Amino acid sequence: MKKTSIASWVSIFLLLSIGLLFAGIAPPKEGEVLPEITLSVPEVPTHQNYLGITKNKKTFRIPEIKAEIVLIEIFSMYCPYCQKDAPVVNELYNKIAQDEKLKNKIKLIGIGAGNSPFEVDFFQKTYDVNFPLFPDGEFSIHKMIGEVRTPYFIGVKIKKDGTHSIFYSERGAIEDASKFLNLILSKAGF
Amino acid sequence: MKKYSKIFFAFFVLFFVSSYAFGLSDAFKKNIYNPGELKPIDSKLNVKVGEKAPDFTLPSISGEKISLSQFKGKNNVVISFVPAAWTPVCSDQWPGYNLAKVIFDKNGAVLLGITVDNIPTLFAWTNQMGDLWFSVLSDFWPHGNVSKMFGVLRSDGVAERALFIIDKKGVLRYAHVSDINKRPDLKDLATELEKLNKN
Repeated sequence: MKKTSIASWVSIFLLLSIGLLFAGIAPPKEGEVLPEITLSVPEVPTHQNYLGITKNKKTFRIPEIKAEIVLIEIFSMYCPYCQKDAPVVNELYNKIAQDEKLKNKIKLIGIGAGNSPFEVDFFQKTYDVNFPLFPDGEFSIHKMIGEVRTPYFIGVKIKKDGTHSIFYSERGAIEDASKFLNLILSKAGF
Repeated sequence: MKKYSKIFFAFFVLFFVSSYAFGLSDAFKKNIYNPGELKPIDSKLNVKVGEKAPDFTLPSISGEKISLSQFKGKNNVVISFVPAAWTPVCSDQWPGYNLAKVIFDKNGAVLLGITVDNIPTLFAWTNQMGDLWFSVLSDFWPHGNVSKMFGVLRSDGVAERALFIIDKKGVLRYAHVSDINKRPDLKDLATELEKLNKN
């Protein structure tokens, strides 16, 4: 076999490997750990305090958030269901924030799939969202979590030793904030 | 040459085994047809910024006919051409503009959304987006006539993903044809609309 032919088959193998790598990523499952998602530290001090992330670093990983449970909403400013669900998610945030036992244990974040910083900011201001939202303009996080349809919620339990595990991973809007909070508390073993 | 044909084959397979990320809303369930990665731009503009925009009249899904000239002296007009109903990216773009009404309002602009689909298709598709505040027009017949007028009709008969801003005098102030596979950042449109008030 000629050298050029071997080289071309090696190229095919590498390209297909890359393709299959992306095609094979499934949404996160319960019991698994999160993929290596890195987020920029929010510029807003209240959001830094909320997450317990010091401003002397530029990026952080989700398990570094100072909480026992982190709820991640994968949303998009362009998604009609996410728009409709925003007040219900705010209600969920408020229920947690107003509960002395829960407010330091459960934290919410949102990741805007395919949304630029401007678009995430627009969504945040339009719906008066008080928890931190992060842009994912190039869909890089969205690809890591299996290109889920939006809205999608992932619940992560963070243990004292810094390890974590996913206990909730579902597509679809929150119909009722109280019922959803009870479900999350029950699934997380609270 | 054989070596390159194998590499092209691998690229072809790659595009079919890997799905293209577009962050689709659950609102459309599994009703979206994904054509895969397309040639980014496949047409040449027929209009120039600074010149009068060509007038047109098209039927809308509300039943009335809409002409560009009816807004002359009253509103700035944003025209959003999107390629096709029930496809990725397009299905998210207009719900975003629906949310961003305030950006249009504060700049005295109306929005006209145009595709080359027929009215029943556009009606069914846009119903999934909720109540749209802007007019949705069909450039179905004569097929793609207005898209062609603006120079955004692709060789396969669908429109480009393109944005035009026409001021109250009927002059084209902004023309942007995006990569068909990507949604344009709302920031660019907001910035261009703000410019109308500064000049």
